[in-house]
Amino acid sequence: MIELHDVSIAYGGRDVVRGVSLSVAAGEAFGLVGESGSGKSTILRAIAGLAPPRAGHIRLAGQEMPRRRTRAQRMLAQMVFQDPYGSLHPAQLVDQSLQDPVAIQRLDDGEGRIARALAEVGLGPAQRFRFPHQLSGGQRQRVAIARALILAPPVLLLDEPTSALDVSVQAAILNLLDRLRRERGLTLLLVSHDLAVVAHLCARIAVMTEGEIVETTTAAHLAAGEVTHPYTRALLEANRF
Amino acid sequence: MSEILLEVADLRVTYPGEGGDFAALRGIGFALGRERLGIVGESGSGKSTAGRAIMGLLPPSARVGAEVLRLGETDLRGLDEAGFRRLRGRRIGMVLQDPKYALNPLLRVGEQIAETHRTHLRQGRRAARQAALAMLESVHIRDPARVYRAFPHELSGGMGQRVMIAMMLIAGPEVLIADEPTSALDASVQRQVLAILDEQVRARGMGLLLISHNLHLVRAFCDRVLVMYAGRVVESCRASELAAARHPYTRGLLAALPDLAHRRARLPVLARDPDWLEPVR
Repeated sequence: MIELHDVSIAYGGRDVVRGVSLSVAAGEAFGLVGESGSGKSTILRAIAGLAPPRAGHIRLAGQEMPRRRTRAQRMLAQMVFQDPYGSLHPAQLVDQSLQDPVAIQRLDDGEGRIARALAEVGLGPAQRFRFPHQLSGGQRQRVAIARALILAPPVLLLDEPTSALDVSVQAAILNLLDRLRRERGLTLLLVSHDLAVVAHLCARIAVMTEGEIVETTTAAHLAAGEVTHPYTRALLEANRF
Repeated sequence: MSEILLEVADLRVTYPGEGGDFAALRGIGFALGRERLGIVGESGSGKSTAGRAIMGLLPPSARVGAEVLRLGETDLRGLDEAGFRRLRGRRIGMVLQDPKYALNPLLRVGEQIAETHRTHLRQGRRAARQAALAMLESVHIRDPARVYRAFPHELSGGMGQRVMIAMMLIAGPEVLIADEPTSALDASVQRQVLAILDEQVRARGMGLLLISHNLHLVRAFCDRVLVMYAGRVVESCRASELAAARHPYTRGLLAALPDLAHRRARLPVLARDPDWLEPVR
């Protein structure tokens, strides 16, 4: 479903992602871990079409992604960011935030789509006509997920989706994402600095440092400490309290 | 326990509001000795309010009351702003989450550290500069002279937090309150900063109040832990015994954490019990 072949991404003339290749099957959850500045979020942005690669190829659902995507191509992957407060318009009702993707993509049955998306993330009509500041952090992240689901994308790109949330809320959001993957066959690409969170949701995990993938492993190997690259070992050690 | 450096009993903080008063702290108490005491809880539990109340940093609208609020022999109840200003930095320091916001962006960081020294110890500019450089060295900054001249935006997160620790310790306080001091840092840097904090607190025989949402971190780093929920302390135990916590809230929080070593298909979600809002007997 997601294929990256030798992708390099440059910011200001400097490569922040260097020759990354990865492949994620439909319905799979794949994790990207690494410290800040390792390039993991940049890869998500490139897949979403927000950061065009300098070199290499990105394929989604078997289609090569051109520099300028068609409207249909833009519907293939949707992104959920770390801080839902920053990604929802503060002066817009939840309803408006959910109407936007419907209007932009000129979809039919906006009403039905919004109601279904809200129900899917465990929100109801009560939250639909609220402002973001009237919701809790967990509810706001559910709205952000609902907004991503409205376009029924096969791929969900998740950039630290639970780092700003309390642990009890994080548990509910992780359960929700896992259910969406199982029930709707969504393909998930999850970026996080928290190894336990990534290993909970994802079966396969790539470890990044300085713009490169240094090791691709499985959650089971990570849990058992059976890793090969010294950087992965260091990351594992730093995560262990 | 060793000598008590900070004592708090029945600390209450209330914010008046149009729809009625909001009780942010509903009577918390603890005694801090020469130890590392962790306060954990979720957002809104009142853990940061507790730290700010002790520092006298709550907004004027907050109503603060306590049976005991004492730093050594000094009663903090009813202390005015000038009184708190004499204590802050000199006898009690505070490290916050993001050094980018806690430091003055327009001043070289060395001068900000030296300023604390000058304000409280009044030994002159030269002595303050020397002390600041020595302090930067003791928080393991390799090139103190270069960092002294740096502006906050030129420092990494971990470096900025070391500078904050240096600034907070230079006047030799008895108690340090660290509110999420490493939450904005990468895991490896987080460890270095905690190690420095630990080394300094031990070497100086200080009391440390570590406020955090991170149960793993508090368990690994502190001697004792207070668990807060809705403005109260619901559980208090040795950090090493946190896994055997009795309160259902603490148990629920621990269970909700994804664990690399014990992966589960579903994470249990905390079911909040209205009984938890009642005072703990």
